[in-house]
Amino acid sequence: MFTLTPEEKTALELSLRVALWATVASLPPGLLIAMVLSRGKFWGKSILNGIVFLPLVLPPVVTGYLLLLLFGQHGPLGAFLADNFGIVFAFRWTGAALACAVMGFPLLVRALQLSIDAIDRGLEDAAGTLGASPGWVFVTVTLPLILPGIIAGTILSFARAMGEFGATITFVSNIPGETQTLPTAIYTFTQVPGGEFAAFRLTAIAVVVSMSALLASEAIGGIVGHRIGVEA
Amino acid sequence: MIRVAVQHRLGSFDLNAQFESDGRVTALFGRSGSGKTSLVNAIGGLIRPACAHISLDGEILVDTEQRVFVAKHRRRVAYVFQDARLFPHLTVRQNLLYGRWFTPPAKRFGQLAQVVELLGIGHLLQRRPRNLSGGEKQRVAIGRALLASPRLLIMDEPLASLDEARKAEILPYLERLYDETKVPTIYVSHSVLEVARLADTLVVMAEGRVEATGPTADVMARLDLPPFTDLIEAGAVLEAEILKHDDSFGLTVLSLCGSRLWVPRLDRHRVGAKVRVHIRARDVMLSTRPPDRLSALNVLRGTIAEIGPQRGPIRDVRLDCSGQAILARITRRSVESLHLTEGTTVYAVIKAVGLDRQTFGAASRHANGADTTAIPI
Repeated sequence: MFTLTPEEKTALELSLRVALWATVASLPPGLLIAMVLSRGKFWGKSILNGIVFLPLVLPPVVTGYLLLLLFGQHGPLGAFLADNFGIVFAFRWTGAALACAVMGFPLLVRALQLSIDAIDRGLEDAAGTLGASPGWVFVTVTLPLILPGIIAGTILSFARAMGEFGATITFVSNIPGETQTLPTAIYTFTQVPGGEFAAFRLTAIAVVVSMSALLASEAIGGIVGHRIGVEA
Repeated sequence: MIRVAVQHRLGSFDLNAQFESDGRVTALFGRSGSGKTSLVNAIGGLIRPACAHISLDGEILVDTEQRVFVAKHRRRVAYVFQDARLFPHLTVRQNLLYGRWFTPPAKRFGQLAQVVELLGIGHLLQRRPRNLSGGEKQRVAIGRALLASPRLLIMDEPLASLDEARKAEILPYLERLYDETKVPTIYVSHSVLEVARLADTLVVMAEGRVEATGPTADVMARLDLPPFTDLIEAGAVLEAEILKHDDSFGLTVLSLCGSRLWVPRLDRHRVGAKVRVHIRARDVMLSTRPPDRLSALNVLRGTIAEIGPQRGPIRDVRLDCSGQAILARITRRSVESLHLTEGTTVYAVIKAVGLDRQTFGAASRHANGADTTAIPI
């Protein structure tokens, strides 16, 4: 029987918590940005596009360092949030979640944007002529139709968060119980003599978690796709 | 009463159209690209015209001078699109009730059960749109628009994407719809048959402009409207009364212009009912003497009211038969050899089999029509 040691349990729980929060918190802004990028016509759209997709092309270490500069204890945003709202990111699990959210954001936005682009705008017009205000059109037509995209984007962003290493370790370091997620724990074990077996056990856990997420997304996507009549 | 005046530029296309109508079914007729869809899109609020005044029963929907623009979801102008546009994530039943949900209870009319019965879609309620045939989709789309309790119904070529069999399947439903509900309708079409059968008021469009407006029979009797006269289905629309059904030969006898018209049996109509008949100009022959020993059953006497301009070898002739117009499409050679001129008495010979089921519509419809039984649904 495969039982987890307390350290492994802590790392796994932390990883799941970080990934879950990163995904859930980035969904609303991701949806907003995807709508704006897909539908909006305004000056500076390509700049916004560039900023959103920057973490995809930058080395993760650079992203982590930029986050440290902005959201660190003395960073302009970090100091503002700590003074006014009591929100601290530096060297906390919340910081790890922020790093994961930023790294997963381009994947989420891309998936949402593609599904928004694929919507037949005529359906939204039809809903409007039937008396639905723009808000209701979004809730009753747009949102249900992009559900497969939301699921795909969420899973991608979750998987990215589970595997995030460079930005996390640069921004919030590698503190057991606070910021030590599965990847950073594996890294730590590979750095100490005799840690290979522990690293291998964690690797197996990571594989199981990621595989489960993928299978779950396939299953949910299939059901949703069937319901809305899209061949998934 | 709807009043429409729209000026709008779409790329290199210039839309500049005005019309008003208090008809029950107003057809916007014209070739593809004549601006019909742009015009109804302006009425429905799908486009924002550069310069426009649109009002419905006195309420202003768009007035660019006064900077009034009522959003599409507040107009209560429901749309039936050519491509149905049913919501794929909802069942047929949910689709039907979608617009109803957004209508204030005080302004709702019609019940789901009535509309379902009217359109014959009861067996589809639990299905999803992707499992429906084209004709079924279109019927559901019509029901969905009706149940939004609109003040105006816009139908943008609702039959254009269907094959002939599906069209024939839906047309009777449309006729019932127009007979049994009171919602004024703008019906966009490039089909003479549909217009002749369904519309009481006709607006003819060409190149972004309105060429003619008026009662369907009057406009269709004109010889100077190329959008019509160029088509092989061109012909007059007349009103006739059913005298009797003849079972032994499978025919129906109509009273038309003081004469009798024998046509293939019209099962759907009662004796005494009024029907409209679309007689294609190319199905009418002319004779200067009363013909006899002819296989054609129908001979109507009339005088030539107008001979249209020559187009190649062809000329269209309009006859006056006791006040109603009949069009005949004959060769220029025949006009000359028979010495046809305005005022000549002639006999129009119409082949009964030329008047197939497609050419008959129910009696005339008027906004306050006393001759039709209008049931508010």
